[in-house]
Amino acid sequence: MRYKSLLAVSALVGAGAVFAVGGSSGAKAENDPVYVVQDGRVDQHTFNGYRRYGESCHRCHGPDGSGSSYAPSLTESLKKMSFEDFSNVIVNGRQNVTKSQNNVMPAFGTTEDVILYLDDIYGYLKARSDDKLPRGRPKRLGDDS
Amino acid sequence: MRLKKTLLGCTTMLGVALLAAGSPASANDELLKLQGDANQWVMPTGNYANQRYSTLDQITAANASKLHPVWSFSTGVLRGHEGGPLVIGDTMYVHTPFPNNVFALDLNDNGKIIWKYEPRQDPSVIAVMCCDTVNRGVAYGDGKIILNQSDATVVALDAKSGKELWHVKNGDPAKGETMTMAPMIVKDKVYVGISGGEFGTQGRLTAYNLKDGSLAWNAYSVGTDDQLLVDANKTMNMGKPIGKDSSVSTWQGDQWKTGGGSTWGWYSYDPATNLIYYGTGNPSTWNPVQRPGDNKWSMTIFARDADTGMAKWVYQMTPHDEWDYDGINEMILADIPVKGKTVKALVHFDRNGFGYTLNRETGELLVAEKYDPAVNWASHVDMQTGRPQVVAQYSTQHNGEDKNSRNICPAALGSKDQQPAAFSPKTGLFYVPTNHVCMDYEPFKVSYTAGQPYVGATLSMYPPKGENNLGNFIAWDAGQGKIVWSIPEPFSVWSGALATAGDVVFYGTLDGYLKGVDIKTGKELYKYKTPSGIIGNVTTYTHKGKQYIAVLSGVGGWAGIGMAAGLGNDTDGLGAVGAYKQLSNYTQLGGVMTVFGLD
Repeated sequence: MRYKSLLAVSALVGAGAVFAVGGSSGAKAENDPVYVVQDGRVDQHTFNGYRRYGESCHRCHGPDGSGSSYAPSLTESLKKMSFEDFSNVIVNGRQNVTKSQNNVMPAFGTTEDVILYLDDIYGYLKARSDDKLPRGRPKRLGDDS
Repeated sequence: MRLKKTLLGCTTMLGVALLAAGSPASANDELLKLQGDANQWVMPTGNYANQRYSTLDQITAANASKLHPVWSFSTGVLRGHEGGPLVIGDTMYVHTPFPNNVFALDLNDNGKIIWKYEPRQDPSVIAVMCCDTVNRGVAYGDGKIILNQSDATVVALDAKSGKELWHVKNGDPAKGETMTMAPMIVKDKVYVGISGGEFGTQGRLTAYNLKDGSLAWNAYSVGTDDQLLVDANKTMNMGKPIGKDSSVSTWQGDQWKTGGGSTWGWYSYDPATNLIYYGTGNPSTWNPVQRPGDNKWSMTIFARDADTGMAKWVYQMTPHDEWDYDGINEMILADIPVKGKTVKALVHFDRNGFGYTLNRETGELLVAEKYDPAVNWASHVDMQTGRPQVVAQYSTQHNGEDKNSRNICPAALGSKDQQPAAFSPKTGLFYVPTNHVCMDYEPFKVSYTAGQPYVGATLSMYPPKGENNLGNFIAWDAGQGKIVWSIPEPFSVWSGALATAGDVVFYGTLDGYLKGVDIKTGKELYKYKTPSGIIGNVTTYTHKGKQYIAVLSGVGGWAGIGMAAGLGNDTDGLGAVGAYKQLSNYTQLGGVMTVFGLD
């Protein structure tokens, strides 16, 4: 639920100032969202992250966070990117448009399907990034489907 | 040209009435004549019938092995390069993905750039383009080059100077409306479509007046009868009038307002019937449970009067779509024997895996057979009702929300996507680039927000059980609904085909090869690895009496998004065979046009 306070602050103060604080990339902060993977099965949050990824991220970042010809692999990005930086890019978007690059990440700050589940999406991708979760649809704990 | 310009000048002064009678005929006659000249390639689809066939026969099955690249041109853009160049006289027109640059190249001077058009667009549109910032090419008519920009602006350029003559806004990217398709010009009108089926766009075909870009009419895919441009008593579906409220009555409440039915494919035109033909895309969202009903007229073939836009007939291939089987693939017009009788046919290879043959005058359904044996979501198409007989196991509606429906073939990519097939009047066969991919599909509830993805399903894709080729290039008999020969390809074939009177068929592959194969047997005659994966369409033309083959390479599009990282493996071992064939190990980004010739 950490992102909610972040959002509130960023709305008041402006995004740049707030997210600069969490700068040390790769470092795991105390309140980062966590995922649960047991015997190849995931908790409901992580599963929901997989699903929300499919809704809003897949069509650019490719299957299972693995990247595409269009957008970078998030399983690679999260090996270095902090939760703060990850949240910042999702909330505010990012543009890298030059003569040779045309990369545009939209701002999802007001998209409910993304922002309400930011922790879940991060948890799912972090599990993928940490090699704790294989590609494909994860199985849920306590569910045979 | 001089005569036409004078005429146009006069009509502007004399007023609208004379214009309607005068100038339209000239543009029409010009293109009707030019499309028959094999030395040029005047429209993206080769000719109005979308046949992608050339009568040129200098390059033959006997000498194709001696083909070699003679010159190439870097577009300077990295994104997926779909479509292909036009050749008008001694000028070649090359387009790019976003930022949608257009180049006029002088074939008399080693491809020197005569002019370059570089539009300025708000890059935020990139974020609302489903599946890469592709563009499928420009159209030519009446001395103008028409370009559909990503940001849904239609621009007319002077073909000689590249100077902008007019532009018009055809949609709102803030609502997820963008443009990728190539326009078509018939008589005095230019026809364009809209993309955005993953954003809840209300799909439509729009006709603008070629002269000044003013709106002629809009014809919606989903909506009220006046929006649809249909006649309840005269517009036919499976031999019957469609009746009142044919679209809105098949949606719950006002869901049709965000109902999709986008129109981003290739259009065709039959001067004899004066009808234009095109298909409509998926209903929004991808979650079928959220939108009960047949969702008409998404997933539909439309035949419309070229002048008025009024629909003559419609045929919906996939009522109440549950798999994202967009119906936008090209309609190829050909006169072929069906059950012993020559028919004025329309042939369509749908995403849903069925190859359809219809009577293009009446919309009568003649043949509907699977063009990939892996197709399993429907057992067959009922020829009386025209409805596919859905297999419950693969019905994501039947299995329901939050349930993972497994092993559905084809995947959402379709047995074929937009990459257009070719038809040879000489052999009577169709040459079809196909995907050979299956999927798991799990629908879930989503809410609509303007300009945000409205998808509502998660997918994983993999090759059919026990197989490891993700594509085939096939020869198809549309009269009988049978595959004649089939070439397995390691990746989906995502390039438009070209058939020639020299008995060679050309296509490109995702790992970057341009291939020429024997039209009778499919035997490989020539291949060359271009700088990047090919999702463009193969073109042919002559210059100073010699035949050339041209193709854009530059991997991307949905193929690049789905396959760059390789398809998902399955923990049960289902996809173990070759499922980690990463396309990114074979090719990287970058747009180049390569031209091939003989010595």
